Amino acid sequence: MRLFYIARKNLLAKPLQTALSTILLAFGVGMVSLMILSEKKIKDQFERNIKDIDLVLGAKGSPLQLILANVYHIDAPTGNIDLAAAMEVTKHPYVESGIPLAYGDNYMGYRIVGTDHSYPQHYSAEISEGEMWSEIYEVTVGAVAAEKMGLSIGDTFYSAHGLKDGTDVHDNVEFKIVGILKSTSSVIDQLLLTNIESVWGVHGDHTDEGSEITAVLLKKRNPMAVLTLPNLLKDTNMQVALPAIEINRLNNQFGIGTKAISAIALLIMALSFASIFISVFENMQTRKYELALMRTMGGTPATLFKLIILEGGLLSIGGVLFGLFISRVGLFTLATLVADQFKYDISEMSLLPAEIALICSVIFVGLLASTIPAIKTLRMDISETLSNE
Amino acid sequence: MISTRDLTFSYSGSELLSFPDVSCGSGDQLLILGDSGSGKTTLIHLICGLLKARSGNIKIGGVDVSVLGDREMDKFRGANIGVVFQQAHFVQSLSVSENLTLPSLMTKDNISSEELYSRISELLERLGLSHKADSSPKELSVGEQQRASIARALIHKPQIVFADEPTSALDDKSTEAVISLLEEETKLAGACLVIVTHDQRLKSRYEKRVELKKLAG
Repeated sequence: MRLFYIARKNLLAKPLQTALSTILLAFGVGMVSLMILSEKKIKDQFERNIKDIDLVLGAKGSPLQLILANVYHIDAPTGNIDLAAAMEVTKHPYVESGIPLAYGDNYMGYRIVGTDHSYPQHYSAEISEGEMWSEIYEVTVGAVAAEKMGLSIGDTFYSAHGLKDGTDVHDNVEFKIVGILKSTSSVIDQLLLTNIESVWGVHGDHTDEGSEITAVLLKKRNPMAVLTLPNLLKDTNMQVALPAIEINRLNNQFGIGTKAISAIALLIMALSFASIFISVFENMQTRKYELALMRTMGGTPATLFKLIILEGGLLSIGGVLFGLFISRVGLFTLATLVADQFKYDISEMSLLPAEIALICSVIFVGLLASTIPAIKTLRMDISETLSNE
Repeated sequence: MISTRDLTFSYSGSELLSFPDVSCGSGDQLLILGDSGSGKTTLIHLICGLLKARSGNIKIGGVDVSVLGDREMDKFRGANIGVVFQQAHFVQSLSVSENLTLPSLMTKDNISSEELYSRISELLERLGLSHKADSSPKELSVGEQQRASIARALIHKPQIVFADEPTSALDDKSTEAVISLLEEETKLAGACLVIVTHDQRLKSRYEKRVELKKLAG
């Protein structure tokens, strides 16, 4: 029989107290770990979608809206811009390339985006079945959209005006699905891609001249583009916005929320350390005689010290393991709830460096919380303890 | 086995206690009789090394324990002394037989676990507690607890067994049973038995007695 065994038995002998300490700690650890995980997940997702898009060219309005609408497809666009004027900008020497986007319709809530093949190429989207669109009204569907709507090659549909509901259906033109993309874990998965002419066609503007598009995703050739382009566009109805900066701003706004959650999580953890301290301390007080007894049986103060520290350590480790379990289940649940936005990747179950730091510090503080009661055992007067019973 | 000479002790701030010399040989039995407050427990704690004597010396098995350091004393006590307390106390979260392994765990002796467990079952068998080996100490009657604590005091074959008021909580019949057990088991183990009590029922039983006088005031 080992000290470890005694420590475990002692904890199990007080199931309620042990459970309380463990659950408190588990919830604190679980919340912090869940935040670390989801923050990384969201950041990854944002970054994966930005992928080499340095600037977005679109109609004047909120730059953040421009980014959310055209990079992430989660907001309404700021308006339309003139195709010719936009193409002029992509020919600027500081600009390497541009991907045009034109949209305004949806099918069952999934956006129909008119673009060219450079858009799926940009996200390294490969064909899973069928082919890329080539003719007008041909559509290649993102993996998630195809799966959620149960679309397959050869299916046809009418688009609906707007980006959300299907009340105002354009029944003049029928779209036909010619291909389905493999999953890319990027925004492309959620889109129905076609050429720009199809988008114009639905709305009856058949002429190329004076045609409008929604935005252009730009890749810069020269860093000066960031400074030069805004000046250049001053007197037009267009603007450029930087995804990296706008998302940073958004993160900072979100940050207030995540800070509040962190503060609550830390508070719960502090409470749980107090509870570990009280639990180990109480155990020690009520078992004073037992501890004195072990001393008369030849146990050194160091042995008893180890025993008490082990109890605190076991509580901490139990809480941490349980907490990590909670955060995984939490993330899994969250991922299932928002499966449309986030394709869940099982490989992210592994421990993140920030979590390893969390685990180490929690166990360290847990041990620290049991050190005070443990030091008391070192100072215990055995003779007096035995005589007072 | 044990011999003390000119032992004195004082709790901080109170007057000096001095104790009569005590000696007890291998296999002997010694009764230390005294009323409460006469310093019986103090004397035991001095000999066990739980308290440090102000002056005088204590020899156990030829070793002068009054010069041992704390750690050496803990080790020495664990290896050579078994104590039966007035009220039997156990580590409540462990079973009776697990409690009996504690002295071995605490002193880190090299006894193999097979040997230890066969000794435990042999002792429990002799003390009529075999059926309680896996019970929690809480489930034992007072008499059974006292027998289990005798088993624990003897498990590591100590040279000396102290019994501190082993009978004060027991009726005549149980007292007789417990004392007989203590005598038999210590004799079997070749240990010296020191019973410390105020229980006058035991007075006539032992020839070798030391009486402690109640202190003035």
